[in-house]
Amino acid sequence: MQIALSVRNLTKKFGDFTAVNDISLDVEDGKFFSILGPSGCGKTTLLRMIAGFYEQTGGHIELRGKDMTNIEPNKRPVNLVFQHLALFPMMNVYENIAFGLRRRGEKSAAIDKKVNDLLERVGLPEAGKKTIDQLSGGQRQRIAIARCLVLEPTVLLLDEPLGALDAKLREHMKIELKKLQTQVGTTFVYITHDQSEAMVMSDGVAVMNAGKFEQVGTPQELYHHPSSSFVAQFVGSNNKLHVTLHKGESSAFSARYSNGKEFSLTGTYDLEDGDAWDLFIRPESVIINPKESSASFNLLQGEVKAILFDGGNSRLLVTPEGSTDELVVALPQTKQFDDIQVKDKIRIGWDSSKSVCFKRADWKIYDDE
Amino acid sequence: MKRRPSFSRSVFFTTIFFLSLPLFVLVLYSFNESKSGSWTGFSVRWYVKLFTGSPQLWHAFGNSAIVALSSALVATVIGTLGAVAVNWYKFRLRKYLRTITFLPMILPEIIIGVSLLIFFAGIGLRLSLFTVFVAHVSFNLPFVFLLVLARLEEFDISIIEAARDLGASETQTLLRVILPISMPGIVSGFLTAVTLSLEDFVITFFVTGPGATTLPLYVYSAIRFGVSPVINALSVVMILGTVVLTWSTRNFLKYIAAK
Repeated sequence: MQIALSVRNLTKKFGDFTAVNDISLDVEDGKFFSILGPSGCGKTTLLRMIAGFYEQTGGHIELRGKDMTNIEPNKRPVNLVFQHLALFPMMNVYENIAFGLRRRGEKSAAIDKKVNDLLERVGLPEAGKKTIDQLSGGQRQRIAIARCLVLEPTVLLLDEPLGALDAKLREHMKIELKKLQTQVGTTFVYITHDQSEAMVMSDGVAVMNAGKFEQVGTPQELYHHPSSSFVAQFVGSNNKLHVTLHKGESSAFSARYSNGKEFSLTGTYDLEDGDAWDLFIRPESVIINPKESSASFNLLQGEVKAILFDGGNSRLLVTPEGSTDELVVALPQTKQFDDIQVKDKIRIGWDSSKSVCFKRADWKIYDDE
Repeated sequence: MKRRPSFSRSVFFTTIFFLSLPLFVLVLYSFNESKSGSWTGFSVRWYVKLFTGSPQLWHAFGNSAIVALSSALVATVIGTLGAVAVNWYKFRLRKYLRTITFLPMILPEIIIGVSLLIFFAGIGLRLSLFTVFVAHVSFNLPFVFLLVLARLEEFDISIIEAARDLGASETQTLLRVILPISMPGIVSGFLTAVTLSLEDFVITFFVTGPGATTLPLYVYSAIRFGVSPVINALSVVMILGTVVLTWSTRNFLKYIAAK
């Protein structure tokens, strides 16, 4: 597989602040690749460097093997779908899409064919004559993407283009975008702070934090095998329990919870005295009233604090005995647990292979402005 | 039905009265047969005199037209490019540039007039129609600059980046994207500049030289020897001109907006 985009040791400094710190990345041709991170992690800076709007402080960007250093944005084979789309308000839909082709000096017959083909492909064959403010949010989205795709870029960059849409439309557009990408086969590099967007659409995801990549992998790898505390907290929802780790007699590791309970663990850990650890367990990995009782299965007694009904995404808040933590536990809507009431005492448990521990680190994973 | 508030109504009519009545009297007296204040009968003799027997007036009008159009044109070009630069590029002096550009708008005209006079004298420039032109460019500039800048700031700056991203050079971005979206600001800036330049008296008074009398200066000197009804007739012609110009500008701007 050919590499469409290759980033080598890329760094960007603004004065003393390092926005992007020594990042390397390869994106294969035809992939949908996402860069996922909280706001301020440097992902937009990275994208703007690829597009050519910022000059890197160090490192290289290559597109199909060609070094992009000192190449103006208008000469790069990448196009950017802007966060607020940036459609030209004084031009109609047709002219917006034709803009790039006209700058290349293509013949008007060729332009006509390409624009109409693309309008067809994004499902708006009749929209050419419309002005931008006659379009709905979702339609503008498609025109903004069409305006870039018509130029057949090596890589299409997308800067959180779904951010401004309302929730339902966003769900819809996620699927649309994924389908469109599969259909046209262009390499997409998608920037987002929404882990669900990144996971649903992407073949590969890089989780970015404080100017660096924490982990690069498929959505499944990130979700099931996070490599850092940050990824465990940022990708999907996760319960975090404060624990201390130690090595047992049979050289297996175990974790002691604040209420004195011992949890068995799989995997090996590099222990140092005085380190605080966090144990992560996903809500859907916690089983309500489990039947298992093997040594590798961890059990807890607890009280139901609240039932958070949300259809297929319903959860229980459970406070373990002797603790004030609240564990989020998935509540399957299979009728089996319909009799659970608030303040009920229940048993919960998980298989030790489902949990993972990291040294304690508190990351700001969302904006609470 | 809602009772109309009588206070605001009376303010409204008083304002209209004081604003419009003088104009009405002016129009009326431009058709007065006699030269003195009393009405002696309808006549167009002052209009005839205006168009056939007032070479000095037309010379002054010509000067005004030259200065107004040329200074407005130059101010529009510089002001537009300045506004684009301030809106587009991030540079250190950006904030100060905005404030400095405001200055001529808030400074009393007499100060600008005096300072320009001292400046011209200092660099040894002889006072002429050219110095009037330079002065007019300098006080027209901020109006164009601010009108164009206000227009540009309505738009998401990223459309400029989008143009670059889609393959436009800086020049093409300027011609194809920035100028078209600024056009309403540019047109109203130009017209404002023409108007300000046509009517300016104070600054022009300081910087004008021999033979470079503009229309407001001519009218002022003519009126010192008593109000000539020719001036009334001239005023009526100018009112008509203004109405036509305003009306066509509005339609032109509507036409641009609809395009």
